[in-house]
Amino acid sequence: MLQAPDTKQLVVVGGGMVARRLIDALRSRDESGQWAVTLLCEEPRAPYDRVALTSYFTGRHPEELALGGQEIWDDPLVTLKRGVKADSIDREGRTVTTNGGAVLPYDALVLATGSYAAVPPVPGKDLRGAFVYRTIDDVADLRAYVEKRREELDRPVRGAVVGGGLLGLEAAGALQALEVESTVVEFAPRLMPLQVDEGGGEGLKRLIEGLGVSVRTSTATSKIVGDRGTVSRMEFADGPALDVDVVIFAVGVRPRDELARESGLEVGERGGVIVDDACATADPAIWAIGEVANIGGRCLGLVAPGYTMAEIVADRLLGGEGTFPGADLSTKLKLLGVDVASFGDAFAQEPGNLEVVISDPVGGVYKKLVMSDDARTLRGGILVGDASAYAALRPMVGRELGGDPAAYLLPEGASAAPMGELPEDATVCSCNNVTAGAIRCSVTEGDCTDLAGVKACTLAGTSCGSCLPLVKKIVTTELEKSGIEVSKALCEHFDLSRAQLFDVVRIQELATFSDIIATHGRGRGCDICKPVIGSILASLGTGHILEGERATLQDTNDHVMANLQKDGSYSVVPRIPGGEITPEGLIVIGEVAKDFGLYTKITGGQRIDLFGARIDQLPKIWTRLVDAGFESGHAYGKSLRTVKSCVGSTWCRYGVQDSVGLAIALELRYRGLRSPHKIKLGVSGCARECAEARGKDVGIIATDNGWNLYVGGNGGFTPKHAQLLAEDLDTETLVQAIDRFLMFYVRTADRLQRTAAWVDDYEGGLDAIRAVVLDDSLGIAADLDAAMVTHVDGYEDEWAAALADPEKLRRFGSFVNAPDHADDSLAYVAERGQARPATPDERTSGVLIAGTTLEVRR
Amino acid sequence: MTIDAATHEITLAIPAWIAVCRLDDLAPERGSAALVGGEQVALFRTHSDDVYAVQQLDPFSGAFVMSRGIVGTRGDAPTVASPMYKQVFDLRTGECLDAVGKEPQSLRSWPAEVRDGVVHVARPQSDEELST
Ligand code: SRM
Ligand SMILES: Cc1cc2nc3c(=O)[nH]c(=O)nc-3n(C[C@H](O)[C@H](O)[C@H](O)COP(=O)(O)OP(=O)(O)OC[C@H]3O[C@@H](n4cnc5c(N)ncnc54)[C@H](O)[C@@H]3O)c2cc1C
Ligand code: SF4
Ligand code: FES
Repeated sequence: MLQAPDTKQLVVVGGGMVARRLIDALRSRDESGQWAVTLLCEEPRAPYDRVALTSYFTGRHPEELALGGQEIWDDPLVTLKRGVKADSIDREGRTVTTNGGAVLPYDALVLATGSYAAVPPVPGKDLRGAFVYRTIDDVADLRAYVEKRREELDRPVRGAVVGGGLLGLEAAGALQALEVESTVVEFAPRLMPLQVDEGGGEGLKRLIEGLGVSVRTSTATSKIVGDRGTVSRMEFADGPALDVDVVIFAVGVRPRDELARESGLEVGERGGVIVDDACATADPAIWAIGEVANIGGRCLGLVAPGYTMAEIVADRLLGGEGTFPGADLSTKLKLLGVDVASFGDAFAQEPGNLEVVISDPVGGVYKKLVMSDDARTLRGGILVGDASAYAALRPMVGRELGGDPAAYLLPEGASAAPMGELPEDATVCSCNNVTAGAIRCSVTEGDCTDLAGVKACTLAGTSCGSCLPLVKKIVTTELEKSGIEVSKALCEHFDLSRAQLFDVVRIQELATFSDIIATHGRGRGCDICKPVIGSILASLGTGHILEGERATLQDTNDHVMANLQKDGSYSVVPRIPGGEITPEGLIVIGEVAKDFGLYTKITGGQRIDLFGARIDQLPKIWTRLVDAGFESGHAYGKSLRTVKSCVGSTWCRYGVQDSVGLAIALELRYRGLRSPHKIKLGVSGCARECAEARGKDVGIIATDNGWNLYVGGNGGFTPKHAQLLAEDLDTETLVQAIDRFLMFYVRTADRLQRTAAWVDDYEGGLDAIRAVVLDDSLGIAADLDAAMVTHVDGYEDEWAAALADPEKLRRFGSFVNAPDHADDSLAYVAERGQARPATPDERTSGVLIAGTTLEVRR
Repeated sequence: MTIDAATHEITLAIPAWIAVCRLDDLAPERGSAALVGGEQVALFRTHSDDVYAVQQLDPFSGAFVMSRGIVGTRGDAPTVASPMYKQVFDLRTGECLDAVGKEPQSLRSWPAEVRDGVVHVARPQSDEELST
């Protein structure tokens, strides 16, 4: 793109998330290229997701903190300068000087320099082992230090976080993730004093202590004592001292307003560049946004108001009139796995407001709603322990709730509560400032037909994700209104979804398709609902898939227990658990392939596929295989496929656990488990991950202390990395967790929904599933365990069972009136020493090497 | 009765109806392949014991597999879905009810009925078809 001659120069100082939003907003609206932007980043990287900083400790790489849409840096009108700090501003000459001595002229200058992490003036604050918690470099240094200390000490590393606010609890979470024994020290009488009230603080404390983090409130740190220059002890104004190896200061932030100060711009009493409601300073060419801006008399330490400011400045630079509407300081956090949310007038500061409180100290739940004096209008609230109602409640602040407020606070209340229709202007996604109206509009006028489309088009739900349940609900409602089919009905024969049908069949103990369709459906079924019910019945352990009427439900693959190929022949895949096979086993497979003239190939799943078998050959082939000790590999089923393994500690010089042994045990445990879609597992013997376990529905990676369990991965069209469910499990706990995860998936997923999509769709996502699997949050763990035991005990090899039953073998005849007459529509050509299906041309030209008369030895 | 006799019969006598197999040879709500006059035919027995005959060749994939599809209903129509790419056909007429995004192609169908427990298929219509 050519730069227009009158292009103006915008310089943005500070490469944080807010600066990034400004550039995005400007570049998407400035169609004529009025502005060229230069961004100065003191950090050595482009703006990244600071809000997600703590996820650096749960296995993410720094690159994964990158914000979406990196192609913005390729825009010719955008210049990104990494590792470059602005040193001074010459307001008169309208230039910025960098630490490298470059002088950049500007027509407009935006300060987006954010904040410093504050460090209290306690003695010892500069010792080695004392950290702040703000940048990728901070967390990388912290991790390196902890790991080094762990090697030096022959006991667990001990740490403390000074500050029990939002940031402090995040930092404590990071220490937990690093396996540091940690204590949170808070000066105020409760945790998160700015967000929650006393009752909430108490509940929070109990929850956090329950997770193994010690909490000291009303405690002032007086001194940090060093030993040879490194942190070794903390002393307090009162109370006993604490031995520590690492300290994190998380006491708050200070606006980085020095550039403004030095250039004579006005700053607030407690810091921050003073701006008006257009984010403009007194100098018409200079703006300030994000945490450094002092707007309405205060600096705002959240990203959402910063984004709003960025949008306003983008608008103003293009001649718009946008103003700051006031900040919504609502927050929802998942700290150390504990839900905390506060919104609106959480402290009931307005006179006359009423409070509705539900407190369950044992269950660690505290919920409070602040209502207007007539108990009708919601003013604000605090949710600790269970914040599921947050997404629904926050947009209702300042509006009539329409129902008994307490109903919103009962467990699971959010979804069941009598939700009135949200007004058009209610903000649903506060990160991206998207209203209910905008979401509806994207459906009605923007042609968005699903959640993914609405996310892409409005950006709702694309940042912190806390609004997603509500966004989904609005989208669904809107789609339904415009007559678009979003019903979960399976097909024309059943109005129920797969998950609903599963429950009905399980609870009513229905065992035949005829009973199920008679009681819950209509007609005689079809190729959609029949295999689903076949799969449900199989998951519930009702016996062989070809028994009686069940045979009519199976797709051809399950019906003949082989995979249909393009020419109507089938492929045969014997199970090779974990990919381990003896030379004798290989020889048997080789001989079978040779005798039946089958094309042989190693699959992507660490086993061997034999292609080109006629339907009438399948029993003969399997007789040979079963006699040699092989069993069905279920390559045809929506069921467990393979458990891929690497060679592991038995041979590999880096392996730390026996991955092959575990893979075989798991494959034998879950073999034959029928499921909504196929299930694949992988086990790697160390973090090098040669088994690609994180590309599997369930991936297990060995650690020095046990196994890390990842779930929800797949390859295929939309590859997904599995996400960490739990760490350092012993084998027994691991197997129990997988049992529950798989059974819960089998019971609740949609038809043909793999685990990744299921985890995404499940309300509350991975965290909610983790709670079910590890903490039995639904009280169904015993039931899931029992179901898996039933599966394991009930397993039989489908092929061995079929071979033993003449009735089941009848379906393998080629023709009902000529069972021994081979299908002569099949034709093969030799290629690289093996047979392959003839092409249509080859068929007509008659160059075939073999038809169905291929010599067969029995 | 011997089944092979039925196949031979047609090449000799060319009766209007060809006895193919017993009804009991067909599994309810599934299909079976049969050779009728040397041609591959897919026979289906429904829940209500009606029998239908359509071509075994799946027009969408070119493979002889129609008998291996799932039998069901769409509204009142008895149907089969191709096991290959899942197109759905009306068993009575062979009409394609769901082409799964492709250009619809129908199946050839033959009258079929059960007499005294024996499945009969009407003989192919033209001489040309007999010559195969
Ligand atoms: C045989 C094999 C290819 C090979 O020669 O290596 C294969 C063959 C087929 N794959 Fe696959 N996949 C094979 C490994 C894989 C892998 C690799 C792996 O398992 O590590 C993947 C990616 C990993 C994954 O599944 O996440 C894979 C992802 C798929 C997908 C995409 C799934 C998804 O979630 O996106 C499909 C389509 C589907 O299932 O809907 C698919 C579907 C198929 C089907 C069933 C297509 C079809 O309907 O005919 C093929 C069956 C042919 C047959 O007769 O067996 N195959 N397929 C592999 C058999 C492995 C085995 O031992 O059982
Ligand atoms: C661990 C953690 C968790 C958080 N969680 C949440 C949350 O859940 N929700 C929420 O809303 N907020 C959260 N926050 C706060 C949120 O990250 C900030 O509000 C937001 O990042 C502010 O963005 P900003 O762009 O204004 O400033 P910053 O992100 O601080 O960016 C400013 C950048 O400017 C650079 N800079 C400063 N001076 C100069 C100079 N002179 N020259 C060049 N570059 C300079 C700095 O190095 C920095 O990279 C969290 C913060 C942290 C640290
Ligand atoms: S990648 Fe495609 S062609 Fe290859 S095996 Fe898988 S489904 Fe078949
Ligand atoms: S509220 Fe954070 S993404 Fe919507």
